[in-house]
Amino acid sequence: MEGFLTTPVGIFAITLAQTLALLVPVLMGVAYLTLAERKVLAAMQLRKGPNVVGPFGLLQPFADAIKMLMKETIVPSGANRYLFLFAPMLTFMLAMLAWAVIPVNEGWAIADINVGILYLFAISSLGVYGVIIAGWASNSKYAFLGALRSAAQMVSYEVSMGFVIVTVLMCVGSLNLTAVVKAQETVWFFIPLFPMFIIFFISTLAETNRAPFDLPEGESELVAGFFVEYSSMSFALFFLGEYANMILMSALTTILFLGGWLPPMDIAPFNWLPGPIWFILKICLCLFTFIWVRATFPRYRYDQLMRLGWKVFLPFSLVWLVLTAAVLKLTGWLPA
Amino acid sequence: MIAALAFYLFAAILIASAVMVVTARNPVHSVLFLILAFFNAAALFLIAGAEFLAMILVIVYVGAVAVLFLFVVMMLDIDFARLREGFQRYAPFGAVIGGILFLELVLVFGSWSFADQASSLRLSPNPGADVTNAEALGRILYTDYVYPFQAAGLILLVAMIGAIVLTHRDRPGTRRQDVAAQVARSGSISLEKVPLGAGIRALGIRRPPEPEAETKVAEGTGHGHGHEGHH
Repeated sequence: MEGFLTTPVGIFAITLAQTLALLVPVLMGVAYLTLAERKVLAAMQLRKGPNVVGPFGLLQPFADAIKMLMKETIVPSGANRYLFLFAPMLTFMLAMLAWAVIPVNEGWAIADINVGILYLFAISSLGVYGVIIAGWASNSKYAFLGALRSAAQMVSYEVSMGFVIVTVLMCVGSLNLTAVVKAQETVWFFIPLFPMFIIFFISTLAETNRAPFDLPEGESELVAGFFVEYSSMSFALFFLGEYANMILMSALTTILFLGGWLPPMDIAPFNWLPGPIWFILKICLCLFTFIWVRATFPRYRYDQLMRLGWKVFLPFSLVWLVLTAAVLKLTGWLPA
Repeated sequence: MIAALAFYLFAAILIASAVMVVTARNPVHSVLFLILAFFNAAALFLIAGAEFLAMILVIVYVGAVAVLFLFVVMMLDIDFARLREGFQRYAPFGAVIGGILFLELVLVFGSWSFADQASSLRLSPNPGADVTNAEALGRILYTDYVYPFQAAGLILLVAMIGAIVLTHRDRPGTRRQDVAAQVARSGSISLEKVPLGAGIRALGIRRPPEPEAETKVAEGTGHGHGHEGHH
């Protein structure tokens, strides 16, 4: 058995098992996030939410999935057929791909690479392609306008996100995600870097096209934005991709600012819970905030969105980056 | 063995997609093939052990530059069939120019002399196994090459400012939003704290509004606040 596990086939089998062990819970999380969002929104708006399918509506995600699978996939006659079908797949694949480097517990990452944070940043910056290609391949005005908005939005918020990540990396001294979490053993980064935490959270809202930055799919002016021509499973892939991205961005926020799998304090009642449970709890907290924001704030106007990204977040995060560097250098806290 | 196979696979896809960038009929397809080429180049970097460069290539070129390319190309309405009309006529000139450029390149690289330790450095770009890519780059970039590095940054800054100066001009008559003025303004909106569950009745608002109640509310607000061009 030992011999088999070190052969190429054995390594492949282990990686496959690890991938399934990570992605199946993620996909279940995506399914139940759709339900949780509807339930939480309902509670905030004094409604009941889905409560008919199964006890407390717990089987609603499966009913939705079966409905989506049964519907007909319609490709518009003017559409670019291959790209039209490729776009939703790309969105969903990218949302899954990024999980390869997420450390759920110490040493639990599938690929614990040295440049993990850059990999995540690269993958999340590719998400815009699914949207642009979908908008262009649909050959429809509304879809195209939604795609253009999304391209501009995602590119603008990535810049300030990059500065936030650089600030965190300066405090860590490594690009490895496990090292990022371990650097927070004394204090979670959201305390010393609180303004950057807020900027990062708002930027993740914009990056995942969530309310109040859901302009690419603004239904009141663009019908449904870039996926207006999509139906059935191709629509469902966009939908699942968006929710998977929400979970991914929450995981990233958890790793960068909320101490990953670490308990709040390393004392008795807190460290009874294993690391992955803490990780999941923190992700749930972030996701709840995502939904809370959606229930609370009206949608931004497009020019305000651009103003916030370029004129507020970018200068602020740049100044904070320089400030952090100066403090680290002057106090000698700069990691070796 | 596997690394060599992977290298030839990625290199073959890279060259094929680079050819497709030039020959594809649809410019959007060209940009998409360009992105595929970038990805394969990143994979080649990974095989060479330059993981930092691979990620930066994807972040900068695929994540930002190619997005803007795609953005522009999708919005252009170019009839590429018409652009290709004069191909036969202009092909000889193109060939001559290409030939001259190729000759110049040959002359430059023919007289190029490599450092003695260049080949060994090429085979092991990292100074040691415990030094990560980013650290190895930083050690060189911020010590030996700090002035060229800063100069490159300065050139990019000048290019950026130049682009802004050339394209940005104040058009007279455009109305801009002044957020500070809007936030500083007071009196046009009043917020009142209502006890939970009391509803709007507690504010004296009736629905449907009774005639005398409505006038009372209007009078009340009319005195208290400086109306700025309302009504």
